[in-house]
Order: sequence, then C-alpha cells, then structure tokens
Amino acid sequence: MGKIISIDPITRLEGHGSLRLVYDDEGRFQDVYLQAPDFKGFEKFCEGRAVEELPALTQKICGVCPTAHHIAGVKALDDLFGVAVPPAARAIRELMHNAFIFEDHLLHFFYLGGADLFLGPDEPMMDRNVFGVIKKLGTDAGARIIDIRKQVRQLHATISGSALYPVCGLPGGVSKAISPEEKAQFQVITQKALAFAEWAVGLFHDRVLEGRHYGSLLARPYMKSDTYYMGLVDADGNVSFYDGTLRIIDPKGDVYASFEAADYLSHLAERVVPYSYMKQLYLKQVGWKGLVDGPGSGIYRVGPLARLNVSSGFDTPLAQTEYERMGAALGGWPVHSTFAYHWARLVEILYAAENMVRLSSLEQLTDSAVRNLPEGMGSSGVGVCEAPRGTLFHHYDADRKGLARGVNLLVATQNNAAGIQLSLSEAARAILAHQTEIDDTSLNVLEMVFRAYDPCMACATH
Amino acid sequence: MTGTEFEPKIVGFFCQWCADAAADAAGRARIALPPNLRVVRIMCSGRVAPEFILQAFAAGADGVLVAGCLDGNCHYKNGNVTALKRMAVLKTVLTPLGIDSERVRRVGIGADDAKGLARVVSDLVETVRRLGPQPRSE
Amino acid sequence: MPKPKVAMYWLAGCGGCEESILDLGVDLLALTDRADIVFWPIAMDAKYRELDPLPDNSIDVVLINGAVRDEAQERMARLLRRKSKTVIAHGICAQAGGVPGLAGFHGRDKILQRAYQEVPSLESGGLPQAETQTDHARLRLPSLRESLVPLDRVIAVDYYLPGCPPPPELVKEALFNALDGELPERGSVLAESVALCRTCPRLASKPDTIHLKRFHRLYEVRWDPDRCFLEQGLICLGPATRGGCGAQCLKANMPCRGCFGPLDNVSDMGARVVAMLATLLDETDPEKLENIAAGVPDPAGLFYRYTLAASIIKRR
Repeated sequence: MGKIISIDPITRLEGHGSLRLVYDDEGRFQDVYLQAPDFKGFEKFCEGRAVEELPALTQKICGVCPTAHHIAGVKALDDLFGVAVPPAARAIRELMHNAFIFEDHLLHFFYLGGADLFLGPDEPMMDRNVFGVIKKLGTDAGARIIDIRKQVRQLHATISGSALYPVCGLPGGVSKAISPEEKAQFQVITQKALAFAEWAVGLFHDRVLEGRHYGSLLARPYMKSDTYYMGLVDADGNVSFYDGTLRIIDPKGDVYASFEAADYLSHLAERVVPYSYMKQLYLKQVGWKGLVDGPGSGIYRVGPLARLNVSSGFDTPLAQTEYERMGAALGGWPVHSTFAYHWARLVEILYAAENMVRLSSLEQLTDSAVRNLPEGMGSSGVGVCEAPRGTLFHHYDADRKGLARGVNLLVATQNNAAGIQLSLSEAARAILAHQTEIDDTSLNVLEMVFRAYDPCMACATH
Repeated sequence: MTGTEFEPKIVGFFCQWCADAAADAAGRARIALPPNLRVVRIMCSGRVAPEFILQAFAAGADGVLVAGCLDGNCHYKNGNVTALKRMAVLKTVLTPLGIDSERVRRVGIGADDAKGLARVVSDLVETVRRLGPQPRSE
Repeated sequence: MPKPKVAMYWLAGCGGCEESILDLGVDLLALTDRADIVFWPIAMDAKYRELDPLPDNSIDVVLINGAVRDEAQERMARLLRRKSKTVIAHGICAQAGGVPGLAGFHGRDKILQRAYQEVPSLESGGLPQAETQTDHARLRLPSLRESLVPLDRVIAVDYYLPGCPPPPELVKEALFNALDGELPERGSVLAESVALCRTCPRLASKPDTIHLKRFHRLYEVRWDPDRCFLEQGLICLGPATRGGCGAQCLKANMPCRGCFGPLDNVSDMGARVVAMLATLLDETDPEKLENIAAGVPDPAGLFYRYTLAASIIKRR
C-alpha cells in the first residue's frame, strides 16, 4: 500500500475540492485524483416545485454565479411556456448577464486567481491572496478594483434586486422596467467599467505577461491539452454569452458540431467517477476513451478559452483587437494551453464591458413592455447560456399543474471536469515524477493548474 | 410492535365553550369517549396555531382533532372560522411532510352533543387505525 | 497586544455567504487591520493542517455558513467549535437548512439516485463510493447524512446571521460588533425581529384586511408594481418573514420568498405562513376553501423553502 499526500482543501476556489497525490511503496509518484467531496441533490429536490420558482431556486446551487443559473433557468421557462421575450426584457437580461460576467471574471482575476498571476508559485502561503495582490499592485489599484466591483454589482442589483440573489426573471421577460434615470446611471457605470477593463488588460500585459512566471507556465508542454471545445456563438460566429448556437470544434479547430440547446442530449453525455461527487461530461458521439486528449477522445473543454477557440472573435472592437493579439502571440487559434484561460478571461472582461456600454445605450432599454404573458404551457423546456466558467444547461420537464417533474442540470465546471483531471494528471506527472521531496511550490503549481479553469465545485456537484 | 393491535393516539384540541363542554356532557351521560383521545383544552379553536398540530404529531400523535363551536355559534364570534380556514391551508402541506391529511380533522360540536362528539372521535380513531401509526422520522 | 483571530468557513453552502463577505469591499481591508484572518479557504491559502496546531478557543470569531450535509462537514463544524470562542451561523442554511434542506422531502438515497443513476444525460451511472481502491491507494469520500441539518443540530451556535445570503452590511455589523465585544445576548438572531412586511415599500397600499377568492401564479397575471402582492392575490411571505434584507426582491418587483427565516419565537416557519395566508381567505364554505388552498402550487416547498430542515416535522 502506497501513501497519499493531500492538498486539502484546494483554496481560492468556489466550493469544496481536494487533490489526492498517490505514491507507491517505493515513494514514486503515481497519479493525482481530484475529489469533489460534497453534494446537495438539486435535481431531485427541485422536483415537485412550481416551475416558475425554478430560476430563483436553482440559482441557490451557486452563490458566486447565481445570475448564470437564473438566466439559464428563465430561458428554460421561456421555452417551456413557448413565450417570446420583448426587446426591452432581452436587453435588460443581457445587460445583467454581462455585468455579472464582468464582475465574476474580475473576482477571479484579482481575488481568486490573482495571486497566481501577480505573485508567483513560490510566494509564502500566507501572502497568496487578494490582500497580497493589493499590496503588490498598490492601494490605489486596490481601491479601484473594489470600487468597480461595487458599482457594477449595484447596476446588477438595480435590475435584479441583488447581485447576490437575482430574482427578476419571469417566463416571457423580467419583472421590472428600467427608468430613464436608471439608464443614465448605467451609462456612467458602464463607461467606468470599460475604462477599468482597458486598465486591467494593460495590467495583465505589463505585470503578468511580462513577469517571470506566467510566460513560462503558458509554454510548458504539460500545460497543453489538445481537446475539443464548446461554446455559444452568434449568427456571425462571434462569442455570445446570453444566447446563440452551440458550436463544438475539434482539436485542430474545425467545426465538429453545431446544435441548438434542445438537442444537448444527442451531443453530450456524463459519467460517474466513483471517488468524487462531480460527474464528468464528454462528447457522446466520440465517446469516453479515458483521460487522453486528441481527436479520438471525447474530452472537451468550455469557458473563456473555449469560447475564444470556437468563435471567430468578438463583435466589439477592443475585445476583437485583444483577441487577435492573443491569437498571434500564442501561435494562432485554437490555443490549447490551459494557462491561456487567464488571458481569455481578460479578453472577455473587455468584451463584457463593451457590451454593457452598448446595451445601456439601447433605445429599447427603457421600454415599459418588459414581459409577455404566456398563453400556454408545454411539457419541457431547455435553457442555455454561457456562464463565466462555461456552458450551462437547465432542462425542466413539467406536469400539467406546472410542477417540475424532471430536472436535469449540466453545469459549467462539469463540462471541464475531465479536462481538469487530465491537466492535473499531466502536470503532476511532469512535476512530481522525479522529485523525492515534495515542496510547497510544486503543490501550489498544481493548484494553479486547477485554478486556471476557475472551477466552481458547488456548481459542478449541485 | 409485538403483535398487539395498534391503538392510535389522538390529540384533541377542544374549545372550552362547546367541544370540551360536550366532553363533560358525555361524562355526565356516561357516554364513553374512546380511550385513544388526549384532550388539550383551549379557549377557542381559533387559538389552535398550525404549529400546535404539527407539534402534536412530533410528540407522538397519530391523529389530531380540532373541535370548536358549531358554525355561527363561536363564543368569540368567528374563531371557528379561523380554525376552518387554517385547516384548509394546513392540509395542503401535510402530505409532503409525510402526514396523511385524513389524520387531521376539524369539527364544530354543540355544547350538549355528547353523542356527536363520541361519534366524531370514534370515526377518527377508526380512520387512523386503518392508516396505521404515523411514521416517525427518527 | 496580538490582533484577534477571525475565521470563515463553509459547509453545505453555495458560496453566496462568502460573496457577502467579499462584498464588504473596503471594510474587508479594515477587517484585516483589526484582526488576523487565520482560515478562509475561498480567499486564502491556509489548509486544514494549519488549523490543527491552533489551541482550543484561540479563534475569537468564526463565521460558518452552509448546513451540515455530510460527515466531513460535521467534523469540521466540531473542530471549528472547539477552536473558537464565538460561533456565528452565517446565513439561512446554517441557521435553518436553507434551500438544500428541501432534500428532506426525499431523503439521501433518492437524491443520490436521481443525480447518479437517473438523469437522462447519464451513459454510465453508479453511485459515488465511500471508498474507492485505486492501483496504489484507497480514496475516501465523505458519506452523506440521511438528512441535512442546521448547524445547531451538530454544535452549539452563539449567534445567527439570517438571510440568503445576509446583506454585507449585516455581516459587517456582526463581525465588527463581535470584535468590539458588543454582541447581544447569546443565542440571538442578529437582525431585528420585525416582519419584512412592516418595512415593505408597498406597505401603504396594504389594506387592513385582505379578501382573497383565489391565488394567482406569477406567470398568469401582470401586477401593479406599487401595490401589496398579497392584496393582488400573489403569494408573498413578507408578513411571516424577518426583515433586514432591505426588501430587495420587492424593489425588483418580486414577492418575498422567506430567505430571512422566521421571526423570534416562531417554532415552524411553514406553519406561520399557513396561518398568515389563512387569514386572507374570503370564504367560509369548507369545500370552496379547499379549492382556494389547492390553487397554491407546491405549498410545502414554498412555505418551507428555506426552513424545512428546521421544521417541527423534519428536524432531527
């Protein structure tokens, strides 16, 4: 019997996760196992609930990304009730969604992943956190980060009630119209958000890309996995967070499949891993071939890097410029380096900000017609959106009384579960295979590999 | 359970003006009420908060009877109407909580209707006997 | 004098309570001036092993969010209790089970079965195992308890911070009052025991008595954004729910769903909602009353949305 060294808990992570490093009797490293140690059972206890309550109920899967669940949930209700959404409601929902992605990506860039980027793997443990990041960047930068997060979350709350608990989604629209005064405030905040995003991208180039750690991690062979990728794209093939067609590309970058959310069961399948509560998703038609990459393996990835990989870019100028810059710097699309997730997240912060500016100036934003009443109810609805961490599906079946009778949720990090495990195994073998002593820095690098995905374990197990 | 027949425990919340008076009348008239009954005397059936009923089940009851005055005869004007309304809403949550709604009953009883009371209690005892013991979560 | 020690931890929570700490913003920096945060996994790198050497009662205040769903969470709750002078149950899950407590309608086996054996996207199902033998080691996975329980079913809790999640202002007040030694009597809920209804921006439109012949579902009707929801036939839990949330849902033109839990001295929130709604019904015929009541979709799931695990019938 060998021994196990644990990283427990994985920190700066949403939810619970542990890494078990397994060694044989001779002390040789064998493999690493990612465990999600907890589970709640949403798919069961949402059964019997009134369907109109599900967007508010399912968001309790995750307090970090409640908005994504609320959006996917309310879109599932639009589908279930067969009701179209008025232009103002569409703009309001999309503005809320972009505000959320902006601040959530920002949370990762500075608070959770920040220490991996601005500090380094060998920084003392007690300094590896947002306080250490602020110390490094200066208190002015810190104040700026805190302030923009607060303002964008305030914009969110004006629409939704609370960024911590959005409740505005109803089948066929939203509960509240936006007043001209609110719109004017939004325009001020979103301009600030855009200025902030440009500053953050500059910071990334000056302090992270030029730094001594990030570039070398980005280039290491074990940080690359040639997988499939999935994400939503709009009619022009650009990145789209709120709605669109699902596109899967193969590891070479060719389109492998395009489909609508309602067909998700034909394309995606999940498997149980006995040592964890997190199921792993894979491409159904390629099949599960084990923890390997390449076109023969059904492992695919989602999230910021995946969205950039599957799309042809962005329909906003600054994000598009940064997208091109990133592609050129990393040898063209698709980019397979897991550490490139961080850069992709930055490009998306820029896009979310530009998109917020656009949405907050739309004429229809202040229309009072924000809701169509459904005329009937079907028996099934599927909603999809891009959550910060990847594609999110909500599927509700309803009985004739409008109570949920079947709920299935494929949540962002579950899509990445196999990819994360693959990255960890490859990185751990490369780093630990020849070491006899395990040092804190090596363990931290493993966590950095994991954290590049910005996983959410509360979501992944739900 | 060792083969002995199940004897349901029934908690009766009896308003002092009517139901409890009827129970006294039963005593005077030597009309036996089933021994399954434990009476909690209250001022008015409108005082029976829904949590009292849940508490009775949690404490081991297999059935609950809320007995007040006859319609239009409440000593406090409309306490029995309050009880009626509460019962209607309470019954909607009982089944999901694992309590068959037939285990709970609300009735109006005349102060001198000893026979009527005996009939109501016996009927509830038999209903609950048929349903079996209220499952306990422990 | 050394700074006081503070810790934050999550059990079966969703991270929303953690966000309610992160949302302290500049006050979070002020907190680090006042105290040392010794353990806070979402934001800092200290691991479980850093907790072990801390002497008992050496943490001054710990905020624990989330309910207790599995054996590992139970162990952590006990460990943090031992290490801490003051335990604050942070949020409605720790206080009363929260939304994940709705699993109490089904029990452990059924929730596991649904996720790992039934959902239509599964190709190969099977339950996660308490122990899995790999080539060189045995991996252990915490087992779920039969039912999820609030924190005070497992350890003694000193204070309760209500909400899903509590607004950052309440979190701030609780933390700084704790550091200043200005918390009220032990066992208190750290928000005033006043019904949300009393602080509702629509209160003026609420008539003295409401007469309802039926309830509507949210997708069936449009409603006046300035008038009382209940008066319009839409269920709102405001009269039976503790205030202190800032009436955020009401301001977004949506009714209350009870996330702040019950008022003081209420033993069962769902039963309170039953009594509250019953008073609104304008009917005395038993059959018609039953029909009105039947118009409430999923009453148990709604009335007990955040408190099933603390209900009279389900708590254990």
